[in-house]
Amino acid sequence: MKLAILRELRAGERRVAATPDTVDRLKNKQGFEVWLESGAGLGAGFSDAAYEAAGARVTADRKILLSEALVVLKVNAPELTEVAELPSRATLLSFIAPAKNPELLEALRQRGVSTLAMDMVPRISRAQKLDALSSMANIAGYRAVIEAASAFGRFFTGQMTAAGKVPPAKVLVIGAGVAGLAAIGAANSLGAIVRAFDTRPAVKDQVKSMGAEFLELSVEEDGTGQGGYAKEMSPAFIAAEMELFRAQAREVDIIITTALIPGRPAPKLILADMVELLRPGSVIVDLAAEAGGNCEGTVPGQLVTTPRGVHIVGFTDLPSRMAPTSSQLYGMNLVHFLSDIGGAQKWNLNLEDEVIRGALVTHQEQITWPPPPPPKVVEAQKAAPALPAKAALSDEEKAKAKSRQSALGLALVSLALLALGAVAPAAFVGHLTVFVLACFVGWQVVWSVTAALHTPLMSVTNAISGIIIIGGMLQISGPTGSAVTLLGAAAILFATINIAGGFLVTQRMLKMFTK
Amino acid sequence: MSTTLTTVAYLLSGILFILSLGGLSRQETAQRGNVYGMIGMAIAIAVTALSPGVTGFSVLIPVLLVGGTLGAVLAAKVEMTSMPELVAILHSFVGLSAVLVGYASYLDPSTQLEGVERTIHLVEVFVGIFIGAVTFTGSVIAFGKLRGSLTSKALALPGRNWVNVAMLIGAVALTALFVGANGHEGLLFLHAGTALACVFGVLMVLAIGGADMPVVVSMLNSYSGWAASAAGFMLSNDLLIITGALVGSSGAILSYIMCSAMNRSFFNVIFGSFGATASKAAPGASGPAQEATSVSVLETVELLRDASSVIIVPGYGMAVAQAQYPLYEIVKALREKGTEVRFAIHPVAGRLPGHMNVLLAEAKVPYDIVLEMDEINEDFPGTDVVLVIGANDIVNPAALEDPSSPIYGMPVLECWKARHTIVMKRSMGSGYAGIDNPLFYKPNNDMLFGDAKKNVEAILTELRGRAAHAA
Repeated sequence: MKLAILRELRAGERRVAATPDTVDRLKNKQGFEVWLESGAGLGAGFSDAAYEAAGARVTADRKILLSEALVVLKVNAPELTEVAELPSRATLLSFIAPAKNPELLEALRQRGVSTLAMDMVPRISRAQKLDALSSMANIAGYRAVIEAASAFGRFFTGQMTAAGKVPPAKVLVIGAGVAGLAAIGAANSLGAIVRAFDTRPAVKDQVKSMGAEFLELSVEEDGTGQGGYAKEMSPAFIAAEMELFRAQAREVDIIITTALIPGRPAPKLILADMVELLRPGSVIVDLAAEAGGNCEGTVPGQLVTTPRGVHIVGFTDLPSRMAPTSSQLYGMNLVHFLSDIGGAQKWNLNLEDEVIRGALVTHQEQITWPPPPPPKVVEAQKAAPALPAKAALSDEEKAKAKSRQSALGLALVSLALLALGAVAPAAFVGHLTVFVLACFVGWQVVWSVTAALHTPLMSVTNAISGIIIIGGMLQISGPTGSAVTLLGAAAILFATINIAGGFLVTQRMLKMFTK
Repeated sequence: MSTTLTTVAYLLSGILFILSLGGLSRQETAQRGNVYGMIGMAIAIAVTALSPGVTGFSVLIPVLLVGGTLGAVLAAKVEMTSMPELVAILHSFVGLSAVLVGYASYLDPSTQLEGVERTIHLVEVFVGIFIGAVTFTGSVIAFGKLRGSLTSKALALPGRNWVNVAMLIGAVALTALFVGANGHEGLLFLHAGTALACVFGVLMVLAIGGADMPVVVSMLNSYSGWAASAAGFMLSNDLLIITGALVGSSGAILSYIMCSAMNRSFFNVIFGSFGATASKAAPGASGPAQEATSVSVLETVELLRDASSVIIVPGYGMAVAQAQYPLYEIVKALREKGTEVRFAIHPVAGRLPGHMNVLLAEAKVPYDIVLEMDEINEDFPGTDVVLVIGANDIVNPAALEDPSSPIYGMPVLECWKARHTIVMKRSMGSGYAGIDNPLFYKPNNDMLFGDAKKNVEAILTELRGRAAHAA
């Protein structure tokens, strides 16, 4: 199966959809026949020779490159002229932004290309490893701090030097998505005092875990929207938010804004008057510049300096400015996606797969965007830590030793049972069978109990063991007043206390367990 | 009611019991599980009452009513903190019933058996009574220990393992004599066997230290099941056999789970006389040079107010002092001002497995901030303040650091890795297992002496007062 990697045509773009490392995976792990357009990796510092060494065939001729290619990889959405070059029936993987590019979708549809938009991958746990938006946002957040530091003429960290005291920089990060969190982490590790704001209260812990203070408003409103993004807020909330930013603008040195609402222009959060409140030399980095900017003074793609000396960074190519890393991460996202589709051997665009269906925007001369709404899922937890794997390993070792022991035990038990079967009467053996089976059932049933329920479980088994009452009941029907009857009656009395007490107290306990 | 119908109904109630135990293993299904158990029991009792052999209703009904009322009153009155005692005493009832059923079965003139069948029946009677009696006296002693009317220290006779072995041999010999006797002449041997079992039960539980009580309670739970099962054998009743075996094996599993939580084998708990070696090791390990620093309630409040993350480690002391309600108020107050507060529960905290969970649940602490040891142990290094309330052995660093410690190797809550720990305790006296705790002398630890509940309430008042002042 032939796979072609195109050179990016957009001016200033340095990224590439594969690195020698990912080419190696595509070729040797997944079995693709990898072709690369000559010079595709130069911007990111990868020479044609490096790709060839990794197993790609390099050509400068797009005709040769694309003829019979079944998979095409790109970073940016293809130009309309490029679409005409794509082989029909091929599958294209790249950023598409289908909402903004209806003509492009139409062109891809007409061309008969199946298109997987990397920016449409559903944000669910399973798809995290192919979430290219998060990869890029992470890089953008980091780079935003670097850009801010470069425009800012001072240390981030406070220092007491022999030559005098330097105060630490104060950084405000607005929007604690992937980019915001990455920015918090980077600014924090440079030594700045970092504060962060987000309309979604749920991210508070994440903000704190990255080392920033979480700013809160007195107005209560949850801004959690779909797919991990925020939604638009009420006017009252926005007013309170503006007040907070105004207050912060008087204090902080650097503001990094990352607020995006899908399918809308970026919300204006830093108004012109707030820019005026910042001290000269302060820096605003607007990561939402491409979507119109969170700051009123932002010029997309440029660094502007206000007459008062406040720098506003509106670069829209932050990931491209770290092309080696972003190419590698994006390339790995593609590798994971292709592996999910089945690689070259088991290639299957399974429309039942939520991830594939979500990203698929054109297929079989149909526009398949937007996808049908996903089934309501509870926001999945972040990937679990690697701990269980370790535990599983040692369990395996234990299991081996255990299986040897239990095999020995089983053999002994079988021998004993055989010996018993030889002499015991049939009725007894019948009872014994029942007994042993019941032991196993009890063993299986209880094994998985959660620790919190040990006490209720014990009290319920205690109640159930009151079944001894039956023994008493079978013995009270003799002559009244005989020893047997009296003993039986006493047994019933104690067992009944046990049954009633056990079940009722369990009921009482269980009622208390609330979430 | 015909015998087949009875059998089918027994099958049904057996299945209900299995569903009940299965249901109790998860929070969501636990209540349903309990209801299954009740239905199963109701069916079993009703069907037995209606079976052809049972006619003594004039005895049965009053006894059922009296027993049921007593049980219900007991269940409604009991404090959640005395749950362990209740469970222990209820176990003793099952054991006692099993003994009574065994005697009745032996004396019952309607059982006429010959040859091998008679031998097997007599062995069943003897075993049933023996297990029942061990369960009975063992549970009574456990009850006494848990209530504090008996000392919680392990009381071991010198060479008690030999005594145990001798008693077991004696029991086997008595069984042989009992089976060999004609008619009802074996009664004497049966009495002797019962007495031996009673002594055995007493000695066994006396020898077990306070820290191991959860294991013992669950082991007695298991015994009560085996006793019921033995009764089933002697009466040829499958339902008794099944249910008894279910309870017996589940109790055994529970004990096993708890033992592995303490990193000790079951054999070691029962025969190791853990408490005795412990008290010997205690004074040597600590040394007189070490001193613990103590703090006041005010200083504790300061620490809590400055902390951004707090973990609370509750132990039996919290249960005794009934401190869970004011404690949760503190948690609420701290959470309101944005502090992250969580509870860390050691698998054997308290005197029953899951004891702490029950108490915290009673105080309406949401169970998603109550974490198990494995879930929270790695979070201690990033935590500002750990509040240890009435817990000792489960936070003892000697378990990891001191190979000579009797609890070496037992997984513990590694709270000393936090920035600051505060241990709330009555005095410097060593804990329930009688082992000294090096945690108390760590430089980042402070002791807050006094009654747990009073201190918790004082902290709460102070915390609230400050909050009001600040606002």
